[in-house]
Amino acid sequence: MTTTEPAPDTTEEERPIGFGRLLRKEDPRLIRGMGNFVDDISLDGMLHLAILRSPVAHARIVSIDTSAAEAHPKVVAVITGEDLAAQGLAWMPTLSNDTQAVLATDKVRFQHQEVAFVVAEDRYSARDALELIDVEYDWLDPVVDVRTALDADVPVIRDDLDGKTDNHIFDWETGDEAATNAVFDSADVVVSEEIIYPRVHPAPMETCGCVADVERVSGQLTLWCTSQAPHAHRTVYALVAGLPEHKIRVIAPDIGGGFGNKVPIYPGYVCAIVASLVIGKPVKWMEDRTENLVSTGFARDYVMNADIAATKEGKILAVRTNVLADHGAFNGVAAPTKYPAGFFGVFTGSYDLEAAYAKMTAVYTNKAPGGVAYACSFRITEAVYLVERIVDCLAHELDMDPAELRLKNFIKPDQFPYETKTGWVYDSGDYEPAMRKAMEMAGYDELRREQAEKRERGELMGIGVSFFTEAVGAGPRKDMDILGLGMADGCELRIHPTGKAVVRLSVKTQGQGHETTFAQIVAEEIGIPPEDIEVVHGDTDNTPFGLGTYGSRSTPVSGAAAALVTRKVRDKAQIIASGMLEVSVADLQWDKGAFSVKGDPTKSVTIQDIAMRAHGAGDLPDGLEGGLEAQICYNPENLTYPFGAYICVVDIDPDTAVVKVRRFIAVDDCGTQINPMIIEGQVHGGLADGVGMAMMEMIAFDEDGNCLGGSLMDYLIPTALETPDWETGHTVTPSPHHPIGAKGIGESATVGSPPAVVNAIVDALKPYGIRHADMPLTPSRVWEAMQGNHTPPI
Amino acid sequence: MQVTMTINGQEVSEEIEPRLLLVHFIRDQLGLTGTHWGCDTSNCGTCVVLIDGEPVKSCTQLAAMASGHDITTVEGLEVDGELDPVQEGFMQCHGLQCGFCTPGMMLTARALLNADPDPSEEVIREAISGQICRCTGYSTIVRSIQWAADHETDVSVGSAS
Repeated sequence: MTTTEPAPDTTEEERPIGFGRLLRKEDPRLIRGMGNFVDDISLDGMLHLAILRSPVAHARIVSIDTSAAEAHPKVVAVITGEDLAAQGLAWMPTLSNDTQAVLATDKVRFQHQEVAFVVAEDRYSARDALELIDVEYDWLDPVVDVRTALDADVPVIRDDLDGKTDNHIFDWETGDEAATNAVFDSADVVVSEEIIYPRVHPAPMETCGCVADVERVSGQLTLWCTSQAPHAHRTVYALVAGLPEHKIRVIAPDIGGGFGNKVPIYPGYVCAIVASLVIGKPVKWMEDRTENLVSTGFARDYVMNADIAATKEGKILAVRTNVLADHGAFNGVAAPTKYPAGFFGVFTGSYDLEAAYAKMTAVYTNKAPGGVAYACSFRITEAVYLVERIVDCLAHELDMDPAELRLKNFIKPDQFPYETKTGWVYDSGDYEPAMRKAMEMAGYDELRREQAEKRERGELMGIGVSFFTEAVGAGPRKDMDILGLGMADGCELRIHPTGKAVVRLSVKTQGQGHETTFAQIVAEEIGIPPEDIEVVHGDTDNTPFGLGTYGSRSTPVSGAAAALVTRKVRDKAQIIASGMLEVSVADLQWDKGAFSVKGDPTKSVTIQDIAMRAHGAGDLPDGLEGGLEAQICYNPENLTYPFGAYICVVDIDPDTAVVKVRRFIAVDDCGTQINPMIIEGQVHGGLADGVGMAMMEMIAFDEDGNCLGGSLMDYLIPTALETPDWETGHTVTPSPHHPIGAKGIGESATVGSPPAVVNAIVDALKPYGIRHADMPLTPSRVWEAMQGNHTPPI
Repeated sequence: MQVTMTINGQEVSEEIEPRLLLVHFIRDQLGLTGTHWGCDTSNCGTCVVLIDGEPVKSCTQLAAMASGHDITTVEGLEVDGELDPVQEGFMQCHGLQCGFCTPGMMLTARALLNADPDPSEEVIREAISGQICRCTGYSTIVRSIQWAADHETDVSVGSAS
């Protein structure tokens, strides 16, 4: 393997004042076990909350007897849905303006739905008492199959909604149906396939949880919470529970991975707040792993019928799709209000098409709510998987090389900014060099020769190609909000008198390294070394408002805010410098970290000198306030569009159908790179996600609606044995509208890698005449495909 | 019941419920929260500690079973202010992101290097295959352990035994 050996001593290159490889500021505490995760928090008198969940998927609640639980000597309170209903808190809004039961009152609508909770003196007693609660259920037929959820004879899941007579949530469409159909009618070649993206789960290593502490006299609520979006959470609590917003402090301490799973507000958080409010003591709630897998934000669950039209020479003309979306029992999708299907509209991919059209129907089923999570950039995983799979199906039909087919159809560099047929304006791109670089790194032609030789010998080797365009950095407030909150982000920078700085962010790391990256952005703009810049985040009392970290939005939105607030401070520093050097502002030039007089570089003042003057006793230019700080709120003018070319090489054992991922080559373009080490890490993690989803992960249900993926023994996540040593490369195509040209990288690999892996496996199975097989491609499902018995996973 | 064991070189003696899991004993009773809990089913390995030098998942051990034994947690890796090479390697090679699996990964790495000072990539991958990292995709963890192997010192926990 290729090992990059970093020097432990601190050379200039290793300690960049600005962009470059810099060891992380987060690491010294985390490698000592001195992180501060939610479950590490212990307050005086703290009680423990545990949730009773429904054992069945669909049932009417006949009665709940809590008397035995209440009699448990260590139980402080037992609360049911009826108790919450009395306070008007039995239901809460979801991020899609639907409603979700905090605790069930009338019916349970998915297996493991929250029914009651116990607060006890310790963790074990709370769970013991759950077993003392007696609930009588009147079972109802569950709606499990998304394909029949709208049939006339199935039960109505959401009979709590006025006038609801079916399980329909929404219809959505994008593109020009008539124009697309016309292209299809006259095309040489049309290829169609049903492509399924099964339900998967982000499964961060740290489950969700919180500690709620309501101070009895002042009414101040402090909530330590596994939240990727503490400010948004605070506002929602204010709106839902009627708590005054200034009396709510949400603190997201260290978070053990999020991947979208920690965006929503879960019933457990509300229960803990209510419990602390009622009891007057701090209350901790931590999920166990099963609760995390069976009840919190799942991802995907799309059944997609895809069509692609092309000329016989391989010019792609149009893509069309009809999607059936399973949203579970409550529509808990976290997506901007105007985008019920997220950013699925980018299913046109990286290709210059004549027409495109998508239609989607979303339905309720008796499954856990959620819908957007797992590093997906708001449904772009599904969109990219769709187009990259159907393009491969087209290559199969045309007997063309899949890399060549893509190269032939890319949007050309001079077409940017490029407006797609579904209205998305790609900011910048140069796709062919990325594709060529990946092919060169892979040794593509040699791999194809090897494959041909192996096929002669009956060996199964596959080469999978994918090329993706992401749309991240939500988003412009004219188009994008969540529950009415515009998707902008604030940033505040203060330079202290001695030239050290503190920058305060509205976004929140869950492992992405914000404390390092954002210090580097400020350092690049103002020349203060990153180690002299403290990054504060994750605490609503100490940071400006903003919508948080998900959808790869931290660098595109908050990173822009950090750069711009620093420029604002630098502008003021320049005025102060002009006074100090007794020249006009226009006569100063900026060298990173100091202003000097044009033509006389010996006359210069450092940013540290300026900071002391800004706070000192000396004169400032007329009319200028002292201090050296600023705050801004950044509203992005467009999304940013990272892209990448991925190549996966697999070998399949023909006797066992076990797939081995031999190599994975990833060339990413996320615009300007801030910290290449962190970028590589983000890519690696997403690639492992892709291997997991393509080959292992699925939240399945039986016909009664029982969740079959309720532990890590059933929901399989890749280990070091299923993943190869990743081979990464990059190109740099800056975003034209982002102040530093950065585009975001958090989810690129999760978006781009599943189709590369599936395309590789299907390519390996070409001798069997197979054109498509659905994820997860476990050995048994690959074996079935080899026997001609491939069945959809749902 | 009473349990007595050595944790990071210090003897502790505590009264516990017999059913108390070792991970909760370490975290909640001793306040050593660097050891994490992640799954209950021995799959994720974020709870790994060393018992007599061997990596063990503390979520599937009773505290009572550890009585009389020598436990090392992540807090014990740093010796007299000197980081274990494994800790340094994880920092140098970006072997951690959220840091949640990291304590368990590092303890497994320490046990591996004590037994095999120059492990191959394959051996490293096998050694950490009972543990899950959701952030790194493992390559940088492998590199971190290789870095540690190349920078071993004689003061690491258990290396003398």
